[in-house]
Amino acid sequence: MNSDKILKYVLFIASLLILLIAGGMIYSLFRGAIPSFHQFGWKFLISSKWDPTQGREQYGALLFIAGTLFTSILALVIALPMAFSTSLFIGEYFRNTRMAAIVSTFVDLLAGIPSIIYGLWGFYVLRPFIVSIGLSPQGYGIFTSGLILAIMIIPYATSLSNTTIMMVPNELKEAAYSLGATRLEVIWNVILPNARSGITASYVLAFGRALGETLAVTMLIGNANIIPTGLFSTGNTMASVIANQFGEASGLQLSSLIEIGLLLFVITTIINAVGKFIIKKMA
Amino acid sequence: MKKISFFLAFALVLVSCQSGKKKSSSGTDSSISLSAAGATFPLPFYNMSFDKYAKLTGEKVSYGGIGSGGGIRSLKDKVVDFGASDAFLSDEEMTAMPAPIVHIPTCSGAVVVAYNLPGVQEVKLNSDLLSKIFMGQITKWNDASITKLNPTVKFPDMVITVVYRSDGSGTTNMFTDYLSKVSNEWKTKIGSGKTVKWIAGIGAKGNPGVAGTVNHTIGAIGYIGSEYAFAEKISTALLQNQAGNYIKPSIASVSAAGKGDIPADTRVMITNSSAADAYPISGFTWLILYKEQNYGNRTLAQTEATLKLLDWMLGSDAQEVAKQTNYAPLPAAVVAKAKAILRTVTYNGKPVLK
Repeated sequence: MNSDKILKYVLFIASLLILLIAGGMIYSLFRGAIPSFHQFGWKFLISSKWDPTQGREQYGALLFIAGTLFTSILALVIALPMAFSTSLFIGEYFRNTRMAAIVSTFVDLLAGIPSIIYGLWGFYVLRPFIVSIGLSPQGYGIFTSGLILAIMIIPYATSLSNTTIMMVPNELKEAAYSLGATRLEVIWNVILPNARSGITASYVLAFGRALGETLAVTMLIGNANIIPTGLFSTGNTMASVIANQFGEASGLQLSSLIEIGLLLFVITTIINAVGKFIIKKMA
Repeated sequence: MKKISFFLAFALVLVSCQSGKKKSSSGTDSSISLSAAGATFPLPFYNMSFDKYAKLTGEKVSYGGIGSGGGIRSLKDKVVDFGASDAFLSDEEMTAMPAPIVHIPTCSGAVVVAYNLPGVQEVKLNSDLLSKIFMGQITKWNDASITKLNPTVKFPDMVITVVYRSDGSGTTNMFTDYLSKVSNEWKTKIGSGKTVKWIAGIGAKGNPGVAGTVNHTIGAIGYIGSEYAFAEKISTALLQNQAGNYIKPSIASVSAAGKGDIPADTRVMITNSSAADAYPISGFTWLILYKEQNYGNRTLAQTEATLKLLDWMLGSDAQEVAKQTNYAPLPAAVVAKAKAILRTVTYNGKPVLK
């Protein structure tokens, strides 16, 4: 067998494995969620009752879906302007300067910090700060979680968008400058139209990460099983309730937690599909 | 498309293989190693006593702290020699197991009530106040009903922040079991279980989570497993027990809770104990195993090793370890009952321990 063939087989097996693992995951999630499907059907999606007390067990995912979407959207809203300006700073305005190199290193550093560290920092520093400026009496809830999530996803959005901004061909920019365009006009009329699909993709990726983030959110959201009523209300998220209750759950509760896992999988898939669609439309 | 469906079909085959049992116990190996899994609440006690046992006998016991629910599942799937649970199995859960099982209590623990009130040294609470605080009905520390019970304490005009366990836990089970026993309103509104539907407050994960949240939230009140609270020397509220005495949680007062009437199979919650010196939110933790040990590929030697270990856990050696790790040792009457249960465990229908 020649080396080319061996490489072909290795590549084939590696890709096959990915498919197998993903397929296996979907299958086990489905199988685990079947008792919950049978018991609650579609009502699972629109009920916000989560009562594990034996004898009156009742499960619904709405409050967790709401908490997940609220925190993630808030995170995206906060992260968007920050990430956009930082990526312009690194990729265009101060491109190839020492300052840009330093900022870019720190952005990469932020991306590498484990989420438990963000959680601890949020709990010991950010939360007391929010209490001290009087935004919220105890500091737990949607706002604090959204803020910590925003800080966590900024590096993802930044490094990807700045790569695409840097990839905009120099000839185009030079042509625009030679026609007398200002820097802002170049950004608006040359760089953005060329890089927007990559920039959008980076935000979709960042949003996906915010959806699935568990540890840091668990420490800050308050884990109260209610639909959030405002920015400073407590709540709970899908990933957080799974992490919290999985260990001691059995029967219908376990099945409902697995169904929430499946829903999270579905929501992430939809977000990714929407992202791909947007990229296709824009490119 | 055809290729993808082929892959998916292959994936299904691969996944369904997991139901095939893997069995790795080799009969030729002379040294027996035992494996167990379950409750995290007695984890420090089990780790230390199993270590001690390994030093004494050379037999290694590996214990996975995966939660009581996980322990019951592992025993059901027959992947461990014995499981561990903070809550005894209900009659329905017992019948759902593939074969009859027995419960062996190993030590008792308690749930303590911790609070964060700067400048306040000692708080007394009774069951009525406790249930109303955790239902969100008493919302201020200077509420008349609290100050009436603590005339010497000056309470600040501060909102009470209730902190509960967000994860499923035997600690929650014991706490809510007690409140369901003493308050009808609690029983109908919230009930008892490892996770319940809380109507007030915020959740935190694990004992360290609750302790940390209480510690960093002024005006907070929460409940914590005694083993953690004792080890960390957390200041705790005195609770009024059934006899009317205000009891400080301690190893002695938790141990005293086991003195009442205990059924022969030891499946009982000893919360709200009638003993005069008992701390009211106390409970046993159990090891569970099959009554008939000849199942799967289990050998007689494996069974003997399991039972000898469990018998040793009830002896004074291991009970001393319980005290060192901040658990309450079992009262003598309970030890006698547990030892009697161990002697009903059989291999091929014959009792193993004499």
